[in-house]
Amino acid sequence: MSSMADREADILEEFDFFDDWMDKYEHLIALGKELPPMNPLHKTDDNKIKGCQSQVWLYAQTSDAGIQFEADSDAIITRGMVALLLRIVQDQSPEEIAAYGFGFLDDIGLTAHLSPTRANGLLSMVKQIRLYGVAFQAKRG
Amino acid sequence: MANLPTSVREQFPILQRKVNGKPLVYLDSAATTQKPLAVIEAIVRYYSEFNSNVHRGVHQLSQEATEAFEGVRIQLQQHLHAAEAHEIIFTKGTTDSINTVAHGFRSILQPGDEIIVTQLEHHSNLVPWQMLAQHTGATLRYVPMDGRGVLDMKAYADLLSPSTKVVAFNHISNALGTVNPVKEMTVMAHQYGAAVVVDGAQALPHTTVDVQDLDVDFYAGSAHKMYGPTGIGLLYGKTTWLEKLPPYQGGGEMIAEVAMEVSTYAGLPHKFEAGTPNIEAVIGWGAALTWMNRVGVKNIQAHEDALLRYATERLEAIPGVKIYGKAPEKAAVISFNVHGLHPYDVGTLLDQMGIAVRTGQHCTQPIMDEFGIPGTIRASLAAYTTKEDLDALVKGLEKAISLLQ
Repeated sequence: MSSMADREADILEEFDFFDDWMDKYEHLIALGKELPPMNPLHKTDDNKIKGCQSQVWLYAQTSDAGIQFEADSDAIITRGMVALLLRIVQDQSPEEIAAYGFGFLDDIGLTAHLSPTRANGLLSMVKQIRLYGVAFQAKRG
Repeated sequence: MANLPTSVREQFPILQRKVNGKPLVYLDSAATTQKPLAVIEAIVRYYSEFNSNVHRGVHQLSQEATEAFEGVRIQLQQHLHAAEAHEIIFTKGTTDSINTVAHGFRSILQPGDEIIVTQLEHHSNLVPWQMLAQHTGATLRYVPMDGRGVLDMKAYADLLSPSTKVVAFNHISNALGTVNPVKEMTVMAHQYGAAVVVDGAQALPHTTVDVQDLDVDFYAGSAHKMYGPTGIGLLYGKTTWLEKLPPYQGGGEMIAEVAMEVSTYAGLPHKFEAGTPNIEAVIGWGAALTWMNRVGVKNIQAHEDALLRYATERLEAIPGVKIYGKAPEKAAVISFNVHGLHPYDVGTLLDQMGIAVRTGQHCTQPIMDEFGIPGTIRASLAAYTTKEDLDALVKGLEKAISLLQ
């Protein structure tokens, strides 16, 4: 399995192709469309992260392979961001996820999407991903 | 088609800047208007030349500051055609004004009394009344709107009764642009002796307001939505009502005599103006009023009405666009969605193109719930808006749609 650093490098390379914002957002929208649908049983109000602008659902379970995440959003650009974040953390160990900072978003010029003023649910989702890391770490420990 | 000359727009320095590398297209004036140079310069002049606390110093600076400050109260009195200058209370803004009234009614309402609001309200003209109802045991009743965003006047007539003590509604809806029949609603409320409280935040930038002609008991507004600074607003109240209501906050400036146990309150308007006021913002507001009156409120209104019709025609011609708010009387706001697209996605892409619109619920969740939508995209107009701004919106929207579909 590829490490988080490898996956970050892949994404950076992918986004390096884009000269202008339109190509970048087109790609983000495509990623959003490709994100596997969430199991309806997991897409519950309990798993909903309510943003003022868009909403995000996040569910996680753990196995020997690491943490498996499922997520969704009602807005396609937010969904694309969700897909990007999940690509890094999917199946990684709780320890690594708990300590992860998502700094790569800065390098691809999308860090503004995690700004609290966007109120799109992504910042809370990132916090929730880390919390799952901490919780599953404690459960194993 | 647009009636105002381009020299109006040129007075707004911020409109020269770029956003995301593109010239700024500012279509979020209902959230806050941009400020003309005259307002910015008035604030600089205040701090450079006569900054001082008001109402208390014997020295020259304080007298100059007090005269300028009280001069704006008189400007506002004239602007709203209030009977007395002391009927204009300075507040932090419309929300603060409504809370001042709602809090004052705590000592007046009793269980069984009723407060009528409408489905069209901004949360700021809804939550304070919910709090008042909770506090006093009064009941909150709602006037519903129809599919066009027009209030159901028959339902309103049916809701009114001798139990009605307060009727609160906006003059113009921030989410849909509906212009409500303030005068008619006030006459009806007064037949039952109810106090009428009007949220005028969206009306003052776009239309002339005569509080004596409307005969409302309270009228609230914010400077920042009418080319003035943030953090300052007004509460107009009829003298009889302002004398009846207890003060909202205690402190300096609002008292006549203070002993250790009990104080007596100052007269109007100071009873409702505890603490040092936002002097720079009042001075800036005065400059904004002068600016608006020089351009002419009626000219601004005609300009915006022409642009609203143009924007409506152009947006309706785009396949999949649905406009929310189709009241025959409508002002300066156009709320819409594109079929199958989330407003947040559209707003995010427009922002990339330098186009500033508001997306979301516009603090009017009951309206969005009624339409069953997560929110809308809202473009709102002002004196400096041009046809080119709206052309940019249409072009940007078409680009966003092609990216998202």
